[in-house]
Amino acid sequence: MPCVAEIVVVGAGPAGINAAERLCAHGHRVMLLDEGRQAGGQGYRRPSSGLDLDMAALMGTEAGKYEALHARFAGLLPQIDYRPQTLVWAVEDRTLHVVQAGVASTLRFDALVLATGAMDKIAPFPGWTLPGVFTLGGAQVALKDQGCLIGRRVAFLGSSPLLVLAATQYRKLGGEVVAIADTTPFARKLAALPALARSPRTLWRGLSYLGGAMLAGVPVLHGVTPVKVVGDGHVEALILRDRRGRERCFPCDAIALGYGLKPETQLAELAGATLRFDEAFRLWLPQCDADGRAAPGLYLAGDGAAIGGADAAEASGGLAAMALLADLGEPVDERVRLVLRRRLARLRSFQKGLAQAFAWPVAQIRALPDEVMLCRCEEVRIGEIRQAMAQQLGPVEINRVKAMTRCGMGRCQGRVCGPALQEIVAGAAGIAGEQAGRLRAQAPVKPIALSVAGEAL
Amino acid sequence: MDDHAGQFVRAVSRQGPRIMLHFDGEAVEASEGESLLAALLTQRSFLRRTELGSEPRAGFCLMGACQDCWIWSDTAGRLRACTTNATAGMVLRSQPPGVDALRG
Repeated sequence: MPCVAEIVVVGAGPAGINAAERLCAHGHRVMLLDEGRQAGGQGYRRPSSGLDLDMAALMGTEAGKYEALHARFAGLLPQIDYRPQTLVWAVEDRTLHVVQAGVASTLRFDALVLATGAMDKIAPFPGWTLPGVFTLGGAQVALKDQGCLIGRRVAFLGSSPLLVLAATQYRKLGGEVVAIADTTPFARKLAALPALARSPRTLWRGLSYLGGAMLAGVPVLHGVTPVKVVGDGHVEALILRDRRGRERCFPCDAIALGYGLKPETQLAELAGATLRFDEAFRLWLPQCDADGRAAPGLYLAGDGAAIGGADAAEASGGLAAMALLADLGEPVDERVRLVLRRRLARLRSFQKGLAQAFAWPVAQIRALPDEVMLCRCEEVRIGEIRQAMAQQLGPVEINRVKAMTRCGMGRCQGRVCGPALQEIVAGAAGIAGEQAGRLRAQAPVKPIALSVAGEAL
Repeated sequence: MDDHAGQFVRAVSRQGPRIMLHFDGEAVEASEGESLLAALLTQRSFLRRTELGSEPRAGFCLMGACQDCWIWSDTAGRLRACTTNATAGMVLRSQPPGVDALRG
């Protein structure tokens, strides 16, 4: 008989599903909690019911993996306690606080695997809060989940390999792509080629999408500086400065904005993980060993642990489960573990190459004018941050700035503005990004109704 | 509202029963199974106005992280439009019930 441990996996994307599957195979009863309506996470999301969407065509070269993951999940379903539409809003003392359909409850666990995924990393610029500007990931969700384009004529802006992927998906479904504009200069992409060549298949896929867009006559720009969104109540045009400093205007009615991904680390932090500032990604990332161990009984996997993409998520989910099993004293297949470790190391080093080729635009953000909205929830402009800091004596760190200005204190709890706030604070103080400090995670990690929280306490 | 009718564009058709809901007193047609955000933004250019600056907003992340797309139901309270399915007869508002009274 396997030893009886309460094992909870949070997140039903490729990492969480792989972890649950491997734990099940060892005879454990696993509870899989997921905030989504359907399993798959963001990338391998299933269309909502009733939609005539050809996912195989949309997923392209990844269609096989997409189908395989959902088939494996269907096989796993009878063996696990799967709870969709369940928000985990706090973790303390080996207890999860959850809300499902407006009802709060607590769940005890002995071991926790967090596969909480990621969202887009966003850099603000003048006009970015106008209706019609959505995250790049959101543009893909609108398509996969609802069969909708975010607009008729869409500009893809930011710095990410996913700009050209999403633009390709939009063109497939009849959207007009007015520009693919990347803030990172082309020379930096060339410099990253040796690192990117470690995953030749993925590199080739990216280049072929890029080639396809260029052949179709879509303007593809590198090294741009976003100037502003023009529009009265909604997006009417995107204005950029190109690499030569010329101002370019792209009439459009929607903008997909994304600068790579940002892990959802809030639950990991509350569960006891240590976070460290990563210079390559310029993000605070949870610390864990190569297999995902972050603290006793706490295992991290997928993009929520370190940005790596779907293939890395699958490998890291398997590794986290094997680490958990080994810590319970159960035998694990060392050959399989070695294969997964090698695969994960290769995929994550590819991501480091991507972080070079598609860089977070530190200088552009620090140079943003005072009137730019930074915190879209509390409507705090960059100038208010700089003024508040100028009035303070002595060193100012990011949580103090949050307390003074309410930036990062609203509905999204700093998920959207956090990385840019980090740069604004560091820029105004003349210090390194890391020294600005880190917006601390707080429960509830997402807003819940007071009536629900009261019931739980 | 202006001539910019809907922000979202349907790229593929949707099967399933057509249903009616109400948003700020107006009747809105939707499909069962689609999100409130898709149902509303295919017909309107924004969802709500911000509490402080009264700026129009239409959601942002579309994956339940940013909370920009909150709307209110008379029976179910605050809803995230991007992750809530449309169901027949919903009565929805762009502001929390009672805000109009407070603002006079």
